[in-house]
Amino acid sequence: MSSDDFGPIPSDALLRGLTQRRLTRRDILRAAGVGGGALAASSFLAACGVSGGKAEKSQGTTFWTGKKQAGSAVFANWPLYMDVKGKSDHPSLDRFTKQTGINVKYKEVVQEMPSFYGKIQPVLSAGQSTGYDIIVMTNGVYLDKLLEANYLVPLDQSKMPNFNKYAGPAIKNPSYDPGNKYTMAWQSGITGIGWNPKYVKEPIHSYQDLFNPKYKGKIGMFADNADLPNLALQGIGVDCEKSTPPDWQKAADKLKAQRPLVRQYYEQNYIGPLSKGDIWISMAWSGDIFIANSGNPDLDLQFVVPDEGGLIWTDNVCIPIHVAHPVDAMTLMDYYYDPKPAAMLTEYINYITPVPACKEVILQDAANATKKSDKDYLQGLAKSPLVFPTSDMVSKVHNYRVLNADEEKQWNAIFEPIYQG
Amino acid sequence: MRSLRARLTPYWLALPGGLWLVVFFVVPMFFMASLSLQTGDPVNGFSQTFHWSTYSDTINLYEKQFVRSVIYATIVTLLLLVISYPMAYWIAFRGGRYKSTVLFLVLLPFFVSFVIRTLSWQFILADNGFILQPLKNAHLLPQDFHVLATSFAVICGLAYNFLPFMVLPLYVSLERIDHRLVEAAHDLYAGRFEAFRRVVWPLSLPGVFAGVLITFVPVASDYVNASILGGTHTTMIGNVIQTLYLTNNDYPAAAALSFTLMGSLLIGIFAYARALGTQDVMQTAA
Repeated sequence: MSSDDFGPIPSDALLRGLTQRRLTRRDILRAAGVGGGALAASSFLAACGVSGGKAEKSQGTTFWTGKKQAGSAVFANWPLYMDVKGKSDHPSLDRFTKQTGINVKYKEVVQEMPSFYGKIQPVLSAGQSTGYDIIVMTNGVYLDKLLEANYLVPLDQSKMPNFNKYAGPAIKNPSYDPGNKYTMAWQSGITGIGWNPKYVKEPIHSYQDLFNPKYKGKIGMFADNADLPNLALQGIGVDCEKSTPPDWQKAADKLKAQRPLVRQYYEQNYIGPLSKGDIWISMAWSGDIFIANSGNPDLDLQFVVPDEGGLIWTDNVCIPIHVAHPVDAMTLMDYYYDPKPAAMLTEYINYITPVPACKEVILQDAANATKKSDKDYLQGLAKSPLVFPTSDMVSKVHNYRVLNADEEKQWNAIFEPIYQG
Repeated sequence: MRSLRARLTPYWLALPGGLWLVVFFVVPMFFMASLSLQTGDPVNGFSQTFHWSTYSDTINLYEKQFVRSVIYATIVTLLLLVISYPMAYWIAFRGGRYKSTVLFLVLLPFFVSFVIRTLSWQFILADNGFILQPLKNAHLLPQDFHVLATSFAVICGLAYNFLPFMVLPLYVSLERIDHRLVEAAHDLYAGRFEAFRRVVWPLSLPGVFAGVLITFVPVASDYVNASILGGTHTTMIGNVIQTLYLTNNDYPAAAALSFTLMGSLLIGIFAYARALGTQDVMQTAA
């Protein structure tokens, strides 16, 4: 009776569009009936309780001595996060196996951060292997906890030649993992402002534009506790990563004052109303805008990182402790920083790639494409600042505020009443 | 010996159903009840502290959404009753050989997913959609008029989505009425209205009871319509529980709210059953 299925899904691209961010992906997955993970995790937590407990800090240098390539690796990733040919064949992984002789077991088991964390945390705290050699974690509270509890293997910095050569400045050396000691970016996205130029005639550049009374009833905001508050903090001129509770209150007050102007706080699916003109201007995710435009030639939605600053989120590949095949994992992680496989991913996923150099490969692919539609698509992809953000955009983005458990409660209490009207 | 077996047979027959109920209803309920009294967070784990104030805290915090849900559900249920009763009446008494066709038509929208049906209303009612735009162009409506993002849209969406739940039980109870009883009423000088009031309506009460029950309860906890058709002031308790559970991972608060909702619905249902005369209704329904 509830949202048991999402009906006809025309293409992977649209599905990825709908699943652009964790929150929406989560909703989609729940809609598809696999969100039971959360339920399972919580009843598990309810039944057993979960103990905390840190692991010994493994020494980066000693961990890797004597470790050898085993010839196989298990990769735990989010759904729709790897190029696909046919039903289940992943060309970029096949290429990897051909190059290195390492067989990869690719598993789409990460559906949302809390439930995935709930699945691996008890195993790791019991000193056992998760069975995964690579896991993909979004920056945020759960990745922070894995780092804090020493549940991640320090990366072998000598086995990251591609990363060192090709990793883009936006994702290198992130604040949640200085020096990339434990993580490498898989894909990213930017939160900013989207608008429909059919209705909004002047160029949008500032967070204040979301507060323009001219757009009363035509403004969309997000109903979430990451993007909505963090962007508001940037909007009031505070660096959200370093914000304090008084700043939170100030940002919340500003958002509260905005309420009468807002059409709706969107959990997902703001892109339809934005395309149709139900809303004219909205908080938006870069990838959604790109995918909406590329699926509809009449649509020319615009996206901007506001002057006051936008947000970037990153999904990271990392290696959990008690890993069985660390060398193979390392090799695979670095392999995706080679522009060729990075391009294969980007052509499928349309997110922001950590490897800006894969643009040349995509342009090359466009030149070689025989079908005109493929050629246009690939050229549009390579040219889009939504997939290859300009350095100006990159200089304006910030990570989410990192919150500990107590802060999170306070944060939710401040920001939740805004969108739960 | 034989009589003992005979006496035990019903229990044996009830065993699979009973087990089903225990495993998939009683046990989860127990876990949720236990969860609602725990404190903690998903990172460090939850532990049982019998923290009863979660209940009062969440009620205080979300009283508005709670009351709103009950109001919406009441309006929707009454609306559905008014729409569905004549419809079910017509199908049962005047449907003739088209009965099953008409019933099938009532059910037809159900072959499309709930979410998609609601999304299509978003499309139909769009500010610049094919209904509102022509009216606006003809200056029959102001340019900034909109239906979406209002309580009206949410209530209509709910009524639309839950219509068959009301029609079917009403139809079943009306269908069973022996038409000769109505004729007898007429023979005893009852007019059409009097015959309806004294014969048809009382005999259809079990259907009304069932229909009200199975629309009110899911409507009160629905979260799809409010999030797709609603605006900034239409959040229902279902949306709150969903957010608490899936976004904030505040499992205890979500569980506590769910129990509060369930408790108040149960109380309401019993009061309602009492008012209608339970025995009577349950008997006729059985």
